Amino acid sequence: MLQENETTAEARRHMAVCNSCRYCESYCAVFPAMTMRREFSTGDLTHLANLCHGCKGCYHACQYAPPHEFGINLPVTFAEIRAQSYAHYAWPRAMGTLFERNGTVVTLAAALGVTLVLLLTMALVDPSILYTAQRGEGAFFRVIPMWLMVTLAGGTFGYAIIAMLIGGIRYWREVGGGAPAPGPILDTAVDIITLRNLGGGGHGCNDVDDGFSSQKRWMHQAMFFGFMMCFAATTSGAFYHHFLGLRSPHPFFSLPVQLGTWGGVLLCLGTAGLIRLKIITDPVPVAKRLVGGEYAMLSLLFLVSATGLLLLVVRHTGAMGVMLALHLGLVLALFVALPYSKMVHGVYRGLALWRHAREKRGGGMVAAE
Amino acid sequence: MVDLTRVWDVMVAGGGNAALCAAITARRAGASVLLVEHAPRSMRGGNSRHTRNLRALHPAPTDVLTETYLEEEYWDDLLRVTGGKTNEDLARMCIRASQHAPDFLKSCGVVFQPSLSGTLSLSRTNAFFLGGGKALVNALYRTAEQLGIGILYDTEVQHIDVQDGFATEAIISHHGFPERVRFKALIASSGGFQANRDWLRKYWGDAADNFQIRGTPYAQGRVLRDLLDQGVHEVGDPTQFHAVANDARAPMEDGGLAMRLDCVPFAVVVNRDVERFYDEGEDVWPKRYAIWGRLIAQQPGQVAFAVTDSKALHNYLPSVFPPYKANSIAELAGMAGIDAGKLEKVIADYNAAVRPGTFQPMKPDDCRTEGLTPPKSHWARLIDTPPYYCHPLKPGITFTFLGVKVNDRARVIMADGKPSANIFASGEIMAGNILGQGYLAGFGMTIGTVFGRLAGEEAARNVRN
Repeated sequence: MLQENETTAEARRHMAVCNSCRYCESYCAVFPAMTMRREFSTGDLTHLANLCHGCKGCYHACQYAPPHEFGINLPVTFAEIRAQSYAHYAWPRAMGTLFERNGTVVTLAAALGVTLVLLLTMALVDPSILYTAQRGEGAFFRVIPMWLMVTLAGGTFGYAIIAMLIGGIRYWREVGGGAPAPGPILDTAVDIITLRNLGGGGHGCNDVDDGFSSQKRWMHQAMFFGFMMCFAATTSGAFYHHFLGLRSPHPFFSLPVQLGTWGGVLLCLGTAGLIRLKIITDPVPVAKRLVGGEYAMLSLLFLVSATGLLLLVVRHTGAMGVMLALHLGLVLALFVALPYSKMVHGVYRGLALWRHAREKRGGGMVAAE
Repeated sequence: MVDLTRVWDVMVAGGGNAALCAAITARRAGASVLLVEHAPRSMRGGNSRHTRNLRALHPAPTDVLTETYLEEEYWDDLLRVTGGKTNEDLARMCIRASQHAPDFLKSCGVVFQPSLSGTLSLSRTNAFFLGGGKALVNALYRTAEQLGIGILYDTEVQHIDVQDGFATEAIISHHGFPERVRFKALIASSGGFQANRDWLRKYWGDAADNFQIRGTPYAQGRVLRDLLDQGVHEVGDPTQFHAVANDARAPMEDGGLAMRLDCVPFAVVVNRDVERFYDEGEDVWPKRYAIWGRLIAQQPGQVAFAVTDSKALHNYLPSVFPPYKANSIAELAGMAGIDAGKLEKVIADYNAAVRPGTFQPMKPDDCRTEGLTPPKSHWARLIDTPPYYCHPLKPGITFTFLGVKVNDRARVIMADGKPSANIFASGEIMAGNILGQGYLAGFGMTIGTVFGRLAGEEAARNVRN
């Protein structure tokens, strides 16, 4: 469990005001979840903070927002608690410190990933192959041997999955999720897939200022589904390779290339759109300390997808070798950084939504009225 | 950049819902409009910033209101709270027009909640703003900006020059700099004077120092005073205000809705001298909510203490500031700073008078006292289960009843009975025409919207002629 600290005390003060006001009850899941409670343990605060999608609707509607003396700013307070919970539930625990200067960490990972793969490629592959056009079946593996690709990517991705899984289990146990019940898993999936909580109750949220829009929701959807399509592209590529005996590069209209292309386009658009929103948004309801890590991860995702698309463009030319190394270096960095970056929010947000769906259904907490 | 050298068609004094509805309506009718708001941008919107809903007539269920709410029932509700201190023609006109208020606000970008799940179940009579009054205020200002309405923040209207019922120009203080604004019509939507302690002191003496002002500190009544001093007809009892039971530890200004306490029906309430002074369980809280502020204002030191035990804790909304909590009544009295022996006796006498009954928190039940003065008519349960709790209470003033007289076209009436040539009014500054006393939840926003639209329409028409 998170230790009591200034931020948890501040969040508890916020809850005292919000739970007595309740004007925001129709914005998102946080407020109905808050209404079910009168006392707020650090576990409850961690749950509510991770349930918060950062839509900022409650800040712009708040009669107690700064410069009011109560200074209620839930988006910032909850973002701070989320960041603390990411660090606290990181596995192994010592790696939690990587959330301290997360922008630097993710950026360094990207730089080192690219450098490492470029150096390995140059060391392992004949330069004449690296700089000449490679065509036909197995072209990519002539630049980077398949064993190396599988070892690095599989190893780091597998590690990331295990680390995030352990973090998720510890989070669930300590925050007080109770025995997992499969019941509302469908509600949870719908909440995740539709990003209902970024809907502000139907008309969008406060992406930039006190006006409503659905930009953040759409951009995040583009990024999320783009990411999933790219993942599906890799999986289907592996299926082609191992079960159909078809070696990459595949033709443009094959399933892996189509998924990767459109997934990459969506990922580029989504990440670029989210970066733009971060730049132009009203800075008051934003936790400034944390935006570095968010910019770094969005940029890394953008670069992964952009180099993936460029690779498609240049794959039959002499530039393919370097572009492949660049792309895979960035992918490697993404996998390494995954459990120690903003990306973990997916795990905890999902768990918080699951828990909320259960509380809603079962009246799991004592009702206030 | 707002041009202060030109002659504006309409100047609106004020920056809350009533002012914005007036400004938007006048602008949509083709007038050039300047809106002058005393508060800085971050605190704009007057008391509207703290509101949550508006009361609207509807002959059939709508997307934001359930069942029906018809003119006669609305009128009866108003008659009951005002005790007949109202103007029936104006009131009925306002009630009828309220039917169109939600759609008008929607056309200005305001979003309503589909329904409500809180303790005050008002979703039949009242339409709730999604996110509350500040979200409404934000939407109205965005619409005003898009329409090209000139908006001055941090600008106080200090004086209106009125000659024979005709307003010619205003002296304003714009970021502390004196400026002159010329206009063809004036809409006064600048609220009451509840935040003006010196003015309250005239009627209430030193007690005024203990009143908490629930809403905006900018309700200084400067335009109201200025107009009344220049021959505008006065309405409403200047000594009276709407007040509720607030947490005694709330900020003295701008504490807003969350400072109100609704524990009274489930508590025993004593004053500083540890004496009960009113039937805590007279009726359901929504119907008694508005009288307790005044009751406490009339007690010594303008303070009271609501005592409950652990049985009652979950019958009312949680308070922002935690209640005093103790395992004995004497200890509790010590924390509240009142006489322990007296409080023990009050609670003992009360407990002895409690008759058995079936407790029903949401409606008047049969749990009452017998032989106690004053009685507690409902929700009277033994206070015997520690820990005991005490919420200190002070009066929280919402608005004052004094205002300017208007006709059914929102036109201001002069003291000689003649309508002003070009002065209109909307909102709290004229609410006293309809609300002579008491209050109906959400009716202030209804008056503001209805008379705001009327004032805007009439001012624009005035300018065209």
